[in-house]
Amino acid sequence: MPPVISRGFRGRRGDGPADRIPPGQYLTYDFPVLSAGPTPHTPLDQWDFSIVGEIDEPRRWTWEEFRALQSEEVTVDIHCVTKWSKLDTPWKGVSVDTLLDGVDTSAEYVIQFSDGGYTTNLPIEDVTDGKAWVVFDYDSEPLDPEHGGPARMLVPHLYFWKSAKWLRGLRLQSHDEPGFWEINGYNNYGDPWLEQRYWGD
Amino acid sequence: MAGTAVLGRLNWQIADVVELITETPRVKTIAFDVPGWAGHRAGQHVDVRLTAEDGYQAQRSYSIANAVDGTRVALTIQRLEDGEVSPYLTDELRPGDKIELRGPIGGYFVWEPSDGGPLMLVAGGSGIVPLMAMIRTRATAGDNTETRLLYSARSQDDLIYRDELEHKSGNGLTVAYTLTDSQPPGWTGYARRVDPKMLAEVAPGPAEQPRFFTCGPTPFVGAVAEALVRLGNEARAIKTERFGPTGG
Repeated sequence: MPPVISRGFRGRRGDGPADRIPPGQYLTYDFPVLSAGPTPHTPLDQWDFSIVGEIDEPRRWTWEEFRALQSEEVTVDIHCVTKWSKLDTPWKGVSVDTLLDGVDTSAEYVIQFSDGGYTTNLPIEDVTDGKAWVVFDYDSEPLDPEHGGPARMLVPHLYFWKSAKWLRGLRLQSHDEPGFWEINGYNNYGDPWLEQRYWGD
Repeated sequence: MAGTAVLGRLNWQIADVVELITETPRVKTIAFDVPGWAGHRAGQHVDVRLTAEDGYQAQRSYSIANAVDGTRVALTIQRLEDGEVSPYLTDELRPGDKIELRGPIGGYFVWEPSDGGPLMLVAGGSGIVPLMAMIRTRATAGDNTETRLLYSARSQDDLIYRDELEHKSGNGLTVAYTLTDSQPPGWTGYARRVDPKMLAEVAPGPAEQPRFFTCGPTPFVGAVAEALVRLGNEARAIKTERFGPTGG
């Protein structure tokens, strides 16, 4: 079906580098907030991060232990399924490679789980080899709770709902398991460059 | 929803503009006829796509405002001054024009009469739209679920759907307003931002296990959700939908 031309519609052009803005997205300079429910507030002394599931020995870090892990600064573009993209966002966190270092697993999928019950699923190869981080600073400041603090996932090559806020751990599984938005109409994988927004995209 | 995934692709559909209704100085409802529309649930949204003559495209998401009504889909859209899409939709579209949309989208921020209540709806500004779809769905179904709406706007002129809300009140629906910036003479509603005290007065108590839906600008929704948790409600009973001021 050829697109319907909207007479007189021009749109906003030249708004950012086209090769960094996926189809159907627009550039924003704000940092919009999207979440399905209230913002959880887990005190840091009750916070921990764990890796569970198909792993020989589950791993667990307290906040202090987690912050003592080797961290990295990354600056990436992020793309939200609600159509905004934000370029050059500066984060600091721990690479998932560091968290999984030395882990022996046959798992092919990772389920991120968060305070508040949110989950999202990914193939394990989408969070390894320098593709994903558990971040706790944004723009050199501790990550604000409304943006997922104390720590959230960062998987910048996929739509941003695949980067869970208020992350508390990763579950390694041999089978895939659609998460919160994935059972509520959103794509199971979410590649913004293929515009995989919804079921069947 | 879980386990009932229909994995068919949501294709772009042609939507014919049939009617434009001025709701407030900044808000219009655009009613479309979408041939083949298979229905929707209250709270869902659609993606709208505009294409310029040279092929440039822009997409935005808008909440569906109406209850299921055949192939009719109504969107209530606030004109954002520096928006890319909303000024075109509200100022340029005329009956007979066509645009593209796809949907319905979203399986979480939805309510159906069979979900029951009591229902507590908290709207900030044009965040009323998906909540109005719930109120209309309830009315269309002849459903008497206890429903309370707390609707915050800047001024009386900014209230969308006011006459219809008055008309639909009763049969278990009560509506409370708060006007945050200016109030007309003789105003008897609230006259401040939504706060925990106001929510405690208007909402059913936690013991009644209300289902909460709140939609509006990010700071509004954040404040409402936090207040409801502090009043003793279960976080999982509070469903939020936020929109920022960007893009539009």
